[in-house]
Amino acid sequence: MNHWIVAPIVLPAILAPFIIMVLRYHLDLQRIFSVAGVVALLGIALTITAQAAGGDIQVYELGNWPAPFGIVMVLDRLSAMMVLLTALLALPIVLYAIGSGWDERGKHFHALFHFQLMGVCGAFLTGDAFNLFVFFEVLLIASYGLMTHGGGAVRLKAGVQYVAYNLLGSTLFLFALGTLYGVTGTLNMADIALRVAEIPPEDTALLRVGAVLLLLVFCIKAAVLPLHFWLPASYANAPLPVAALFAIMTKVGAYSIIRMYTLAFGPEVEATQGLVGNWLQPAALVTLAVGAIGILGSQHIARMVAFCAIASMGTLLIAISLFTPDASAAALYYVFHSTLATALLFLVADLVMERRGGAIAPTKPMAQTGLISALFFVGAIAMAGMPPLSGFIGKLLVLDAARDAPDATSVWAVILIGSFVTIVGLARAGTLIFWKSHDADHNPQPEGEDAEPQPSPEPHPGLAFTAVFGLVGGLILLTLFAGPALEYTSKTAEQLFTPEDYISAVLGEAE
Amino acid sequence: MEALVASAVGILTAAGIFLILRRRTFPVILGLSLITYAVNVFLFATGRLALNSPAVLNKYEDVPYTDPLPQALVLTAIVISFGMTAVIVMISLSAYLSSKDDHIDMSPHDSVDAPGEDA
Repeated sequence: MNHWIVAPIVLPAILAPFIIMVLRYHLDLQRIFSVAGVVALLGIALTITAQAAGGDIQVYELGNWPAPFGIVMVLDRLSAMMVLLTALLALPIVLYAIGSGWDERGKHFHALFHFQLMGVCGAFLTGDAFNLFVFFEVLLIASYGLMTHGGGAVRLKAGVQYVAYNLLGSTLFLFALGTLYGVTGTLNMADIALRVAEIPPEDTALLRVGAVLLLLVFCIKAAVLPLHFWLPASYANAPLPVAALFAIMTKVGAYSIIRMYTLAFGPEVEATQGLVGNWLQPAALVTLAVGAIGILGSQHIARMVAFCAIASMGTLLIAISLFTPDASAAALYYVFHSTLATALLFLVADLVMERRGGAIAPTKPMAQTGLISALFFVGAIAMAGMPPLSGFIGKLLVLDAARDAPDATSVWAVILIGSFVTIVGLARAGTLIFWKSHDADHNPQPEGEDAEPQPSPEPHPGLAFTAVFGLVGGLILLTLFAGPALEYTSKTAEQLFTPEDYISAVLGEAE
Repeated sequence: MEALVASAVGILTAAGIFLILRRRTFPVILGLSLITYAVNVFLFATGRLALNSPAVLNKYEDVPYTDPLPQALVLTAIVISFGMTAVIVMISLSAYLSSKDDHIDMSPHDSVDAPGEDA
């Protein structure tokens, strides 16, 4: 067995308790180990991506129990790619958190950070539905700690909402899994796929209930429209580097949708046919629309970026909900882009908030305004999907894939108008924050509205800026190497739409 | 017995949802606990209801047995929900102590325009 597969889970699982128990009082050592851990994770992720790129689906049987009985980890192109994305995202964020001093503002930042990475990587790698639930819980419980990191009344209140909402989501997940187990008698994803195909169409009422419940759970994680309410308040009130890390959490929901609804409840499965297409696509369109309107209407930069995250999830889920290989390839490219771009905007928003507060209104000019406004400009271009950055390529691919879809008109209209509204919203925010501030000297704002004087600390701006530039570099690389990246995601989509390979890899020759 | 278990799950869920829609944190947490009880019973029932049967196969004679997997799932779910309840109690307690207010919704003055009142 290839032990690399389990390494992205084992490494943070060992490192995080080590940081808590041994390095508890040594922030410097915590930082060193944390960064080293993320670098090692990146190395592991590169290794397993190289292994998966060959196209073989590899299976790791925990405890050497064969597939339907034991829990399996499955490494295919999709999971390898998502683990790689997690590691690529984690590195700049941990550097930024160190550089900006966020990790000093509460306890156990680095330990929670690694627990979060463990949950995310585990969710991407597991081949068992209940194990997916467990890893969701791991990443959620770490995220509760990270979300309230640094404390403060407002953040804690937002934290209570976030925890309550996600506990409800977890309960729903258990109901869904119970229903699926009651119908199929198994929780192994590949085995579920086999059993679902065998169930006669007239007995599928419960199965459909289970599939819809499961979709609802993943939509909660992915912040699809009627279930997105938790996201703006949570992300905007979380420490923003943490919110940047949470950019991968919505992607966990998107990943789970792709995984379950290509493998088990695929488009050709009669029992659940039309389920996802009929419900997910309109929801995704409305998500994009509401995200764009939210960007335009936000009064606060963190909230605006949170709506950017919602809008980009909308675009992503539109591509996913088409359920064709082309569209999925586009979606996977867009996953990479939107995660990096969202994280970049959150970090830039943090730079802004540290210096002048987050209100989208003219205030006094802040320190390093030129550099930060340039970074905001890059992030805004990427997020809105303007050339030359990868957002443009991603949206182009999505539009191209939607061309032959039955409701191509509405998809095109929503994506294009949504992008336009996003551009206007981001331009408005940038203008008010960066340009108008210079005029504000002449007619100073009435005090009291933003009375709390910002201390404008500059702890280690060098490292923080390096991290932000790292994300920019990631976006540029993704643009330059769009060809190879797209080739990889096309092959990934091909692999996704031949679930037989996955099933036979997991369940062995018996099938 | 099926009716009893089914109505227990239904009533617990209904009561839980009613409590979750309250405005203060304490009833919301109680509601979450009720819903996790409901889901635990529900998970238990997904292995089919069998009375007086061991959770192991008997290789010598053909006696009825009950499905052990849901029991393992319930155990996991109980542990996780217990931990999560402890977490939400702690977070809402500190939110209450720091803001002197146990409403679950954000009041107007601390919502949109002042996220992250960090030091």
